[in-house]
Amino acid sequence: MSERSNIRLIVLGILIFSLFATLISRLFYLQVIEGDEYRAAAENNTVREVVEPAVRGLIVDQAGRPLVSNRTSIIVTINRQELNQENEKKGDGVIKRLAEILGTTPESISERLMPCGTEGAPKPPICWNGSTYQAVPVASDVDPQTALTIMENRAEFIGVTAKLTAVREYSGPFEVNAAHILGYLGPVTEEQISEQGQTDAFDRLRRTDSIGRSGLESFYDAQLRGKPGVTTLEVDTSGQVTGTVDQKAAVAGNYLVSTIDAKLQSVVEKQLVAAVQRAQGQGNPGDSGAAVVVDVRNGQVLAMASYPTYDPGIWVGGVSQKQYKSLVKSDSLSSNATQGLFAPGSTYKVVSTAAAGKEGYSLYADYQCPKQFKLGTQIFRNYESSAYGRISLTRALEVSCNTVFYGLADRMWEAAGGNDATRDSADPIADTATMFGFGSPTGIDLPGESAGRVAGRAFKVQNWEAKRDTWCANAITAYPETRKTNPKLADYYTALDKENCADGFRWREGDALNAAIGQGDTTVTPLQMAMAYAAIANGGTVYEPKLVKAIIGADGTVIERMAPTVKSQLDLPKSTINFLQNSLPGVTTDGSGETPFIGFPLNQIPVASKTGSAQVTGDKVSTSWFASYAPANKPRYAIVMMVTQGGTGSQTSGPSVRKIYEALFGIEGTSINPNKSVLIGGAPSKALPVIRPDGTPVAPKGKMSGVLTATGSN
Amino acid sequence: MAKFYASTRANDALVGAGSRGGSRGQGYWRDLDWILLISGLALTILGSLLVWSASRADLASDTDPQSYLKRHLINVAVAIALGYLASRLNYRWLRAYTPIIYGISFLLLLLPFVPGIGVTVAGARAWIDLPGGLTLQPSEFTKIAVILMMAALLSERTDIEDEPSGRDFLMALGAAALPVAVILIQNDTGTVLIIGTVAISMIAVAGVRSRWLVALIGGAVLSILFAIQLGLLKEYQVARLTSFISPDQDMGASAYNANQARIAVGGGGWFGTGLFEGPQTQGKFVPVNESDFIFTVSGEELGFLGSVLLILLLAVIMWRAAMIAWKADDKYGRLVATGILAWLAFQTFENIGMTLGIMPITGIPLPLVSSGGTSLMAVWIAIGLLQTVRLHEVRAAI
Repeated sequence: MSERSNIRLIVLGILIFSLFATLISRLFYLQVIEGDEYRAAAENNTVREVVEPAVRGLIVDQAGRPLVSNRTSIIVTINRQELNQENEKKGDGVIKRLAEILGTTPESISERLMPCGTEGAPKPPICWNGSTYQAVPVASDVDPQTALTIMENRAEFIGVTAKLTAVREYSGPFEVNAAHILGYLGPVTEEQISEQGQTDAFDRLRRTDSIGRSGLESFYDAQLRGKPGVTTLEVDTSGQVTGTVDQKAAVAGNYLVSTIDAKLQSVVEKQLVAAVQRAQGQGNPGDSGAAVVVDVRNGQVLAMASYPTYDPGIWVGGVSQKQYKSLVKSDSLSSNATQGLFAPGSTYKVVSTAAAGKEGYSLYADYQCPKQFKLGTQIFRNYESSAYGRISLTRALEVSCNTVFYGLADRMWEAAGGNDATRDSADPIADTATMFGFGSPTGIDLPGESAGRVAGRAFKVQNWEAKRDTWCANAITAYPETRKTNPKLADYYTALDKENCADGFRWREGDALNAAIGQGDTTVTPLQMAMAYAAIANGGTVYEPKLVKAIIGADGTVIERMAPTVKSQLDLPKSTINFLQNSLPGVTTDGSGETPFIGFPLNQIPVASKTGSAQVTGDKVSTSWFASYAPANKPRYAIVMMVTQGGTGSQTSGPSVRKIYEALFGIEGTSINPNKSVLIGGAPSKALPVIRPDGTPVAPKGKMSGVLTATGSN
Repeated sequence: MAKFYASTRANDALVGAGSRGGSRGQGYWRDLDWILLISGLALTILGSLLVWSASRADLASDTDPQSYLKRHLINVAVAIALGYLASRLNYRWLRAYTPIIYGISFLLLLLPFVPGIGVTVAGARAWIDLPGGLTLQPSEFTKIAVILMMAALLSERTDIEDEPSGRDFLMALGAAALPVAVILIQNDTGTVLIIGTVAISMIAVAGVRSRWLVALIGGAVLSILFAIQLGLLKEYQVARLTSFISPDQDMGASAYNANQARIAVGGGGWFGTGLFEGPQTQGKFVPVNESDFIFTVSGEELGFLGSVLLILLLAVIMWRAAMIAWKADDKYGRLVATGILAWLAFQTFENIGMTLGIMPITGIPLPLVSSGGTSLMAVWIAIGLLQTVRLHEVRAAI
């Protein structure tokens, strides 16, 4: 044989030898070095989980009455994949037939099936936000006859299933609504699934899960949800079960004991509506409102209402586009109590007073109360241009004299440097407001709380930095569009922007005057206002408001009792707080808050209050505020109510606040009977409700509270 | 160099002399390459066990879980019988009738195109229906026919030192190209690649000029690149060929196969789960694990040790084939043995390589181990032919 042939045969042999060596080393790498990883993958491959959802925990009120419970409901779901496997026309037929027997329109079903973000899909939460593989619920509380029709005609309803499911029941006692407190559930979104990352923890979020989307349902979702029971089965590729690998029993979710009292909540909700109707009766729009009742000693929220509201049960089984549109249109989805931002008006004067006291201005001196305060060409007026002459500061609070506070604010502004002040100069009113908790979230156990805004030097600088570029640009372009139709207006705008561009950061005198009476750029939430008045009431502690006082296991064991949390202490001279405490009851007896409390037993239960009628830009009617606490001599509850475009605080909100105090203290006419209080035993329960082994809560036995007996003897 | 060869060959001659002995008439059993035969039998038995394990779950009939195994064993029996017949062939007769064998095999290759006879499996129209529910893949026999034909053409020159002429070279190339064209139309990419490698190996060992060889290899590489570049390969073919590079990305079925195969093998560890105990195998997570993906069964159930044994047994066969080629006393014998060596070796590498994720996925079986009657028969015939070459060289050496 030729040498060339021999060499090539040897080369071929070596090549083949190395190929075989490659195979063995690769095999070693896969099986020995990376073996564990692949073994785990193999296990994942061959097991399937059967998930039995945990019973979601109940939410009970402070007395143990269920605010949110569970019930079973027949819901109808559509599996989109199965439906899509039908050709398009047939799929439409299924939806049409389904709409017919459900008594709705095909469109209202189709819109729910569209994944959020696809073309033509409605906005969340109508569009489908869940997984592609998950069946989409399209109707709940379907009657059994309809369900039977669907299940018996599978060929007519391809992809449609009717099944019994546990759903949330939001109908608490006394027609209590509490929608903005309780929240609602919705399907888990893809983002939430991917956020938790790769995990095989058995209590991980699954695509079929519902999750709290708002309110306590969302904030305490992890507590309420419990842990699902998971049976891990061994299966082959065709899904045939070949054995059981592991079994974990479901753990029911924990119960929340809310600080809310259902009966009081019901009264507050009704009184808020009454206030709104009162406003509307005066010919004002009265378009929205909020009311908050807190325990001043610990920050517990006993009742909190927002107007307009909605039926939280509407979310069960999904909401239709029509329903959702009306929700959005009525602006009822967000809570005005914790998310709504409003100018505080005169209720803010307690802040200006405290600032003056802290800055060393005499709180007991007399001040001029002219009908107006002139600043260059600008005129700052009193309400209805009343003038009171020389009056005490207490009197100024009682009659809510703006010009007294203008004067104080002007002096503080001058003292801080006036027009020559720098960014770092003192700003007593803003600093005091911040101390009271304005401009930052209260820390309530609800998602999505608003921070509000404290107008002051710092805000001006921030605002200027954010808007400077726009202002400066507009100053140059000089509003060409507006100029075409209205050159005068364009000139005005241009001049304004020129000024703002140059020194929009400056805390001007006029800003300082507005800030002193809660006007201008300051916005607050009603809850912030309630916590600020509670702080005055309790001697200077700003608590974090709480809606949940304890978490109890489904078996009745107490898991956590929430202790009061202090947000901040008012760094004010004791004399200043005392001054406020001593002055505010006068508002109710001799001042702007007098009218609604005529006939109220104020000598036994003195009420400290401050009214507010905050001006709003545009042609809008003023915001009606009524901030208060009682008993003023031994403070226990703070109540704040407000109605936008509601008129004055005294006329619109005041009477409702009075009614709430009457309900709280058991007042009928002028007689006080603690047993008639809406609170069992006349005060929030100190004990926790007991959860029976079967999961039903038992209300604690009522006890007479110390507060009422003490007040009664006064 | 020459001295080195001489001494190697002298050693072989000594070994050969030791194993030989006896008279010429009774020589058949004595002169057989027993190591080759025993390795082949061992692999066939091992393969049958693996086929049994892989087929119990889904391929066997409801009443008899061994039914698929039984069919496989019948194929084994037929295959070994054909192998025996091949080993009994007269060397000269074989060479003389090679053109006829080639012609018949080519006609068989066309049968899948005949409507009513041809069957398409996994996208390849490469099977024909036989009575009794059996199917036949003619391209398996084509491999043998091409090897024999090329060997005959490339050893035209009587003097063993002569290199093949340009005409022989081109004719041999044509002998390979003709069926390759048909198989390409049948969409059986795997077989095309194997025949291509076999052809290049044989042409190389035939001793053609280096220039031609370089041109041939270069042409082969270029034509593959062109095929991809010009889109001659369909998208799914490219996907199949490249899914092994990144099997974790979702590329549909072939990436799924690659992934599941690696999970099965990787899960086996040192010792495996034991026969019939592999969850991936028994759960049928790896498709066609009784044939193309049979190595996953070995990997999972027999572990690293069992699978290395299997690879080593195959290596022994390659070693014996290489030795037979080395010692061949004429060019025809050497080229037949070389062709078979290249075929079995590359097919083994491709098959196990795709299972381990280092080679693209193509539909070719693991020699002697995978189920599939035609492949078993073809490989056993090849072993028989190796024996024929071996017997011829032993006798010539006397």
